Amino acid sequence: MSQKILLDKINVPGIKTYEVYRREGGYASVEKAIKTLTPDEVVEEVKTSGLRGRGGAGFPAGMKWSFIDKKSGKPRHLVCNADESEPGTFKDRFLMEHLPHLLIEGMITSSYALGANLSYIYIRGEYMWVYKILERAIAEAKAAGWLGKNILGSGYDLELYVQIGGGAYICGEETALIESLEGKRGNPRIKPPFPAISGLWSNPTVVNNVETIAAVPWIINNSGADYAKIGIGRSTGTKLISASGHVKNQGVYEIELGLSVYEFMNSDEYLGGMIDSRPLKAFVPGGSSVPVLPANLIYKTANGDDRLMTYESLSDGGFATGSMLGSGGFIVYNDTACIVRNTWNFARFYAHESCGQCSPCREGTGWLEKVLWRIENGQGREEDIDLLWSIQSKIEGNTICPLGDAAAWPVAAAIRHFRDEFEYHVRFPEKIKNREHFVAEPFEKVKHLVSKQTV
Amino acid sequence: MKVTIDGQSIDVEPGTTILQAARMIGGESVPPAMCYYTKLKGSGGKCRCCLVEVAKGSDNDPRPMPKLMASCVTGCQDGMEINSTASERVQDARKSVTEFLLINHPLDCPVCDQAGECDLQNLSFKHGKSQTRYIEKKRTFEPEDIGPNIQLHMNRCILCYRCVMVADQLTDDRVHGVMDRGDHSNISTCISKAITNEFSGNMIDVCPVGALTDKTFRFKSRVWFNKPFDAHRECTTPGCCGKTTVWMFGNEIQRVTGRKDEFHEVDNFICNTCRFDKKEVSDWTIEGPRKFEKFSVINQNNYTRELDTVIIETEKGILKGRDQDRKKISMPQVPLSETEKEVFTEGNI
Amino acid sequence: MKVLDIKQEINMTESLMTRINELISHYPEGKQKSALLPVLHEVQDAHNDWLSIELQDKVAEILSIKPVEVYEVVSFYTMFNRQPIGKYMFEFCTTSPCCLNGVENLMDYTCDKLGVKVGEPTPDGMFEVRGVQCLGACGYAPMMQLGDFYQEHLTKEKIDQLIVDCRDNKITLHDK
Repeated sequence: MSQKILLDKINVPGIKTYEVYRREGGYASVEKAIKTLTPDEVVEEVKTSGLRGRGGAGFPAGMKWSFIDKKSGKPRHLVCNADESEPGTFKDRFLMEHLPHLLIEGMITSSYALGANLSYIYIRGEYMWVYKILERAIAEAKAAGWLGKNILGSGYDLELYVQIGGGAYICGEETALIESLEGKRGNPRIKPPFPAISGLWSNPTVVNNVETIAAVPWIINNSGADYAKIGIGRSTGTKLISASGHVKNQGVYEIELGLSVYEFMNSDEYLGGMIDSRPLKAFVPGGSSVPVLPANLIYKTANGDDRLMTYESLSDGGFATGSMLGSGGFIVYNDTACIVRNTWNFARFYAHESCGQCSPCREGTGWLEKVLWRIENGQGREEDIDLLWSIQSKIEGNTICPLGDAAAWPVAAAIRHFRDEFEYHVRFPEKIKNREHFVAEPFEKVKHLVSKQTV
Repeated sequence: MKVTIDGQSIDVEPGTTILQAARMIGGESVPPAMCYYTKLKGSGGKCRCCLVEVAKGSDNDPRPMPKLMASCVTGCQDGMEINSTASERVQDARKSVTEFLLINHPLDCPVCDQAGECDLQNLSFKHGKSQTRYIEKKRTFEPEDIGPNIQLHMNRCILCYRCVMVADQLTDDRVHGVMDRGDHSNISTCISKAITNEFSGNMIDVCPVGALTDKTFRFKSRVWFNKPFDAHRECTTPGCCGKTTVWMFGNEIQRVTGRKDEFHEVDNFICNTCRFDKKEVSDWTIEGPRKFEKFSVINQNNYTRELDTVIIETEKGILKGRDQDRKKISMPQVPLSETEKEVFTEGNI
Repeated sequence: MKVLDIKQEINMTESLMTRINELISHYPEGKQKSALLPVLHEVQDAHNDWLSIELQDKVAEILSIKPVEVYEVVSFYTMFNRQPIGKYMFEFCTTSPCCLNGVENLMDYTCDKLGVKVGEPTPDGMFEVRGVQCLGACGYAPMMQLGDFYQEHLTKEKIDQLIVDCRDNKITLHDK
């Protein structure tokens, strides 16, 4: 059993409630931080821990905290990004639904570190019932004196509220989230200025993912150095992985970074192998936006090393033969899945979720979706595959926010690793008429039809 | 602060953007800008036409920036080195953005009032291709009536947000905005409300394309058939300078606009009274011909050049063409090979 | 999207206004616009799950912002409905992980069972089926959202039961 630091109490009956959470040692980090540490010391602990942002980008959290503008004297805010919407990712919801007080505790300790007196948890609109859970938990925490004026007699004040979104993936981008929190459309802002200088209502703001914030109490209760001992290299600590697709045990798992992908996929403690023991065809390790990998690059990197669940190992080989840990949204495909259909599905998602502000993303994501739809529906042309490649390359890197890249990468990776499947769709439109075309006849069986002939 | 763009250096004040610096230098290195507008706060960064390559960040931090940067919203740093026209990567990016802007843009320039003074036409002329790779159906929107003065043609819009900023920054009762999202984003009042604020007409001038045009000028003339003159009047509208360009056809004022500089930005915003209601020559003091940049199509109707009478010999010309075609198709001077003869006489089926 | 000219009875009850004022109090003085999204949710939930232009104007008035600022926001976010919807809206997640677990076939099944097409309410206005983008429940697929809640690990039998429960008025849509 690997060490659990977020979900260690998940099975304690009633852990959702304040009483049980407190009895189990909850809110100790708030006491320790406020009574014995200065805000800067809390920041230092988090820096030492090597904790990296768990939302997808993996930026060191302590570093992000240290950028916040304390000189201007403007009010500062901590905003928790609970707008979890990346396909394949559902870990934050699990955490908030079952351990609401862990997030609240993390918010208080982290707000103290940043000197924020007004903080928000921005949760996606569809998680309405979780919003209610958090609202009630905040009320409990406030009644117990952990929020409000003069917390623990320290003179430190903090108000914490939950803000509900309205259904927009783009609000997971931190500046779009801030816009949305200001009651506007979720259009990402042009950076710079970064939120640490000018964020919510132009005040210095830090935006952190739920899982990042939830790791803070453990770091403060123990130490940054203890946290850094878990994991490998720059991938410290534990990570929540949301697993879905064609695996036996779908769900949320806390793993120590550094676990091998093979063990995670196949051991009974985790995913327990493939459903119906069908062959593994592909996987997406970090949510829909990261590159999909074919079976031969999943357990081993291109150099033959074991592929590990770390930021570094999953991206080993760059985009040519690697992918990214991203948000830890682990989607597994067996041989009945169609990569073209799946790529179209993701392209449709990104076209639907583009805010429409900048031209490459607004026009490009829709174009990708249309071309992929044609290919998947038997109306593809031979030149469409190169066209897709070209469109995605023109979106990537040219947009205001990372949604453009997120839309481009899956398309690029699918063509890079599964080009023959696209060719099959173009050349044999009658064979892919049924949307479950590979269920009856997996691609492996028809692959020879598009394999290169040497004459 | 010293910055270098395509090898040309210039000293600029802190806070100057790369685009502004390039405009100071002038010439070929000036990046195209479809959404940035100097007089509108917060504009820019959206169209991505003005992307440039920062080859050196600054003297303090000489690392190049990995991504292309939107020059209109990126501030200059001392010692910064920028590649604009000189960079192939930048040229490629501009071509890409042009293609993206055009895939859903209607090919209706022949009936578009903006034609001739359209930034998208200019952009396509410079960075566009003569072919399209987009075979899908173009996106269209339901027409919306936004009142007697301004014609909204949403299909042409490139979502630069300038008109929204005009309404926000020049008027205190914005009634239109950007609705929906993604490739269905559109400029609308949502309730087909007339946009009537006294400064709303400036939305027409700031629109880089033919999405917002002057209804009082609609289909009256091609812009290059008008003679533009600078003119002014004593305007009593608070905030209006009364300095305009009037577009004449003979002795008729067909259109009134703000005075636009070489980057097609107005010198001053004008009120709707000047723009829509003052169409008599007697309303204005004419200052003299308005000059345009060298390559503007508006110069086609310049004031000095004499035009030869054009005689079109229709019937004769057409027949001539037919004769030539006939010759080209049968190609009598190239003798047929034996197999070809056989195919032509007996068919190949 | 065309805004239909359907009248909606506006009823800003005392409890609704109390909740709105509480939401506004979550933000600093003068930043009441920030309350827009939560307020729209509350108002929509209290008005048969849709927001007419009149209702949006009312929200603008309460928050002292321009009506167009509300229209812009309502049209941007997918959870706000600008026209009436079926009382029980089955919003199936149709993103990849749910598709891998057969959501498309389940949607077809539900539509056949209710005799409707996607996006068209049943004639009695009781049901509507829609496909939506990722709801963040990929590990519990196939799933759908019904009101404020998720229905997960769906099967044909569960759908049948849900339809019965809706008809019997046993389903709570909003947690107030």
